[in-house]
Amino acid sequence: MTFPLQDLLTILPELIVIGTACLILALDPILEATKKDVLAWLTLGALAMCIGLTSSQMTGRVSAFSGMVVIDAYAAFWKLLLYIVTGLTVLLSLAYLKAERLSIGEYYGFILLALAGMMVMVSGADLLTIYLGTELMSLSLYVMAGLKRTEARSLEASAKYFVLGAFSSGVLLYGISLLFGLAGSTGLSAIAAAITAHGTGDPLLSLALVLLAVGFGFKMAVVPFHMWTPDVYQGAPTSVTAFMAVASKAASFGAFLRVFVEGLGAASADWSVLFTVVCLATLALGNLVAIVQTNIKRMLAYSSIAHAGYALIGVVVAGGHSGEGASTGFASVLLYIAIYSFMTLGAFALVGMLRKEGQESDQIEDYAGLAKREPLAAFFMLVFLVSLAGIPPTAGFIGKFYIFMAAVNGGMTWLAIVAVIFAAISAFYYLRIVMVMYMREAEGSIATHSRLETSPALSLVLACALAGVVLLGLFPNGLWSLASQAAPLLK
Amino acid sequence: MAVPLSYYLILSGFVFLTGVVGVLIRRNIIVILLSVELMLNATNINFVAFSEYFHNVAGQVFVFFALTVAAAEVAVGLAIIIALHRAHSSIYIDDLNLLKR
Amino acid sequence: MSDSIDLIVKLIPLFPLMAVIVNGLFGHRYSHDLAHRFAWGSVLMSFLCVLAVFTETLRTGAAREVVAYKWIFGGDLTINLAYLIDPLTCIMLLVITGVGFLIHVYSVGYMHGESGFTRFFVYMNLFMVSMLLLVMGNNYVVLFIGWEGVGLCSYLLIGYYYDKVSAAKAATKAFVVNRIGDAGFLLAIFLVFVNFRTLDYTQVMQNAAQLSPEMATAIALCLLIGAVGKSAQLPLYTWLPDAMEGPTPVSALIHAATMVTAGVYMIVRNHAIFDLSPTAMTTVAWIGGLTALFAATIGLVQTDIKRVLAYSTVSQLGYMFLGCGLGAYTAAVFHLMTHAFFKALLFLSAGSVIHALSGEQDIRKMGALKSKIPWTHTLFLIGTIAIAGIPPLAGFWSKDEIMGHAFVHHHYVLYGMAAVGAFLTSFYMFRLTYLTFYGTSRLDHHTAEHVHESPMVMIGPLVVLASLSVIGGFPGVPPENGWFHHFLHSVAGVAGEEHATAPALMLGLMGTATVIALLGWGLAHYFYSGPSSAADALAARMPGVYTTLLNKYFVDELYDRLFVEPTKQIGRLCDWFDRTIIDGLVRSIDRGTDASSAAITWTEKHVVYAGLNIIGYANHLLARSWRRLQTGMVHQYAAIIVAGLFILVHLILLIWTGSGSNGYLSR
Repeated sequence: MTFPLQDLLTILPELIVIGTACLILALDPILEATKKDVLAWLTLGALAMCIGLTSSQMTGRVSAFSGMVVIDAYAAFWKLLLYIVTGLTVLLSLAYLKAERLSIGEYYGFILLALAGMMVMVSGADLLTIYLGTELMSLSLYVMAGLKRTEARSLEASAKYFVLGAFSSGVLLYGISLLFGLAGSTGLSAIAAAITAHGTGDPLLSLALVLLAVGFGFKMAVVPFHMWTPDVYQGAPTSVTAFMAVASKAASFGAFLRVFVEGLGAASADWSVLFTVVCLATLALGNLVAIVQTNIKRMLAYSSIAHAGYALIGVVVAGGHSGEGASTGFASVLLYIAIYSFMTLGAFALVGMLRKEGQESDQIEDYAGLAKREPLAAFFMLVFLVSLAGIPPTAGFIGKFYIFMAAVNGGMTWLAIVAVIFAAISAFYYLRIVMVMYMREAEGSIATHSRLETSPALSLVLACALAGVVLLGLFPNGLWSLASQAAPLLK
Repeated sequence: MAVPLSYYLILSGFVFLTGVVGVLIRRNIIVILLSVELMLNATNINFVAFSEYFHNVAGQVFVFFALTVAAAEVAVGLAIIIALHRAHSSIYIDDLNLLKR
Repeated sequence: MSDSIDLIVKLIPLFPLMAVIVNGLFGHRYSHDLAHRFAWGSVLMSFLCVLAVFTETLRTGAAREVVAYKWIFGGDLTINLAYLIDPLTCIMLLVITGVGFLIHVYSVGYMHGESGFTRFFVYMNLFMVSMLLLVMGNNYVVLFIGWEGVGLCSYLLIGYYYDKVSAAKAATKAFVVNRIGDAGFLLAIFLVFVNFRTLDYTQVMQNAAQLSPEMATAIALCLLIGAVGKSAQLPLYTWLPDAMEGPTPVSALIHAATMVTAGVYMIVRNHAIFDLSPTAMTTVAWIGGLTALFAATIGLVQTDIKRVLAYSTVSQLGYMFLGCGLGAYTAAVFHLMTHAFFKALLFLSAGSVIHALSGEQDIRKMGALKSKIPWTHTLFLIGTIAIAGIPPLAGFWSKDEIMGHAFVHHHYVLYGMAAVGAFLTSFYMFRLTYLTFYGTSRLDHHTAEHVHESPMVMIGPLVVLASLSVIGGFPGVPPENGWFHHFLHSVAGVAGEEHATAPALMLGLMGTATVIALLGWGLAHYFYSGPSSAADALAARMPGVYTTLLNKYFVDELYDRLFVEPTKQIGRLCDWFDRTIIDGLVRSIDRGTDASSAAITWTEKHVVYAGLNIIGYANHLLARSWRRLQTGMVHQYAAIIVAGLFILVHLILLIWTGSGSNGYLSR
């Protein structure tokens, strides 16, 4: 069996990522414990190469491996986003692993393997490749969630994630098998052709649709498939949580859109109703439950659920339309997830590095008086929270603005009203943290107060996240034109 | 072809539901893992049946991939279970209750 | 010439922004003296720029649009960070930078020695930037940025004394209530875009007539929700009195002179849309009238000097809304301006009193301060006379004009409400003055020893504001035909102005207004000037009324019960649902439906174990498996996934039209 060289060149970024992952796994045992940082720099180097390669793949649409993989601006958009957030995660991990006294070289290998899975997910044009990508990502994440092998919470998070994740991929796979039965192929274009030819009235198709929705819904953490999120986000090491909340969600949205638009686009009348309900439930539950959380990682977990809800608005709107309206809707989803990535990553980076007595201080109470102890950290957190709440001129506002605008433009004003109300409610729990940071005095002795463990790597992460949040708020056009170039390629 | 397609589908549905119920009611993570494997095997029945029906080999190819993924999943799963057993001295799912509020 | 004016326009918000950046980044490195110089210096520079721009507008009389930079564009959506300078903006800019500058100077004295001195000025300057963007923007998005920005700064400044729990709570309340209003505003923006395909005022106002009446009403009401939240009108006014937890200069600048008037500005700016909808106009007028009266009654019995002023602000904003609702936009803006002068004066003098009494705010513990702090007394008295509406001070002209409009256009009920409100205003303001400065001293011994007049840096700005309160009404004289009206004619001259009121009627109305104000003063004099117990006796005779007023009609408690607690409850409920509902669900299945339980156990018994050939254990395991079904979170999670799956299947079968498949498997 031979692959044309051209095909291999097409997936060169994936090959580089996997190759580097293998190299790291091989180097890890022979490196001294103090020199594991080299692996992180190796990872960053690989990412830099990939950024260069993928940037050159922004135009056109190239299929490889008999249509299993497709490289287009849509895939490139997600890949570039994934490189950036992975790079930031690696930098954050440099600081975080040191603070946690974990010297685990294979960690970076797993990050790269997960990234490879995500890349396959977003550029897969066949359910087989997308499934394989999903599994590669998930398997790596299961392991990463349980990385603190000595800590019961971390392992518990890992086990829960694993059990539920395996369960949901079973559901996903069953849906795929039904679709294969309906279309005689797992290629997205073949599925689309079959649905166009035979109509959408088959109950088996509806069942397949629902099973796929459950499978992807789990990965995207939308209600009611979100249950694992708070537990796993809380228990996993924070750098991994950040990676899950940002990269895995982005990749899942990327694959989800590709499957439901390219493959199941003809049935969009069915699935857009489905996702309207899911979207409303997600918005309501995510925002309301976040109000009563006392652990900041859990709060951010519910916040990330709620943000998936906002992004789904764009999906719902686009599903109900064709042509211009649809591509604006999808573009707003792409934009939203990209912006969400920066602010969430920034918030988690701070949460991971605010520590007391060698432990993460993840209770909201621990943030009392932070503005006095760590004015700069409190200010960064303020910006991220303000952006998460969608207050202008931060990027969070731009994201919501485009999503709501798409909804109103698409004639779904009522959905925009509901979302705007929930966005108003969300201010309550984001600003509660601001209030605790700025308007409450810390209790107890100074030694028990949480402080930011600074390092150059962390500063770089925070600076990048802040720059993303502020610059994308002030100059959203570059990102928007990227997103609107990428979106119409979904057909 | 002696056996109609629908028989396979019913069998696979049955196996799949058995797996789902197993995940829902069993406490031991290893048994849950086995139940997930049942779900995956139900899928494989579907793929093979459809593959035969359509005379399309793609379904059987998918089965190979699914089997490989299942094997990888078991490997990772068992590793997690071992680590969990060391930390908790238990592999019962309802002993996992540290992560709440 | 034109280019240099454009540059000056761009500089207006840049000066305070630079002060924010410099003080914010490096403020901790240098002394407080330098920090406050940057702060008020930047506002002064803005004020000078505004003067230049104002002179230019006065000369040309034309509106000017200045694009600072292109912000969001793509498709048919273009949003620039651009400014619109027209007479309305000029008036707002003059008020904001002028009064803002005076308050900044005053703050130097008032905040002296407070911890977080620099932080205070950073927030204040950030507020100035947002407020300037709010009134200068040439489109809705810039307005919205300013709108959210002032809300955020207000939040940070109310919570400035963060060691006070009440301050933090008040801050959150203010922000959340404002966000409710903002939600309405945001919707209005989207509706405007859908209808006009643009968000620039100029184009929207030109094409406003194309709107259908229903759409105009919808947009106007959404805008109104925003305005009501920001300007503390019924039913969203409750945050403003609580906002008094912030430092007094903040109350003067944000919660009296500028931010709270943003709602009025927004309505005037959009009057082309409001004019199309009689429904919306009537709603605005009634909200205004009711608020004016309602807040005045609460003001009668409050005992905190700043809270009385806060309710008076709510009430005066009601007059402005009333003016807008009657189509008297110029009068509304006129009252906005005079109110900014005398309310800033009142708040700052109250601050001077509080400063003199080392933080005491309860008027029951004041009295006989006239001779001890004579400057403050005189200034406060001027403010009181101005707000009470006694000619020829500023408040008289503007309030009279709004009330005159109500009468002339036959809105007699609204006129009556406004007149009663004016009477009450006069009464409670003079009550405040008498209780604070006259009668017998009720100071506690310790405080009394330390009473001192405020320093010049605080008295100076007060004198300027007092002069403005005295003469500030004259640009609007004669009513409906003054300089002010001609200046604003191009942006706010509409409805009802052709109605030249007969001079006799005008004089009659003026006379009535004066009599009403004097009556209020007289009554206050009777009750409070001497050591009379008449007021207490009256309160004792009507305990129900008194308690209701003292507790502000229990509206806070009502909202708590109606909205705050339920939201939290729902949150808790969802949380609880998230944690345990499946547990309960399973238990109820256990109790209720034997069928489903039988099905599951049957599966377990006959399929799993039959297949595994361990039927012998089945009965034993069966009992245990049921118990297990009720525990274990992972099970619950998986069960929720399955439940969600079933719900979605049902849903899709519901929407499935049954259009019939063409036989997928029939090949």
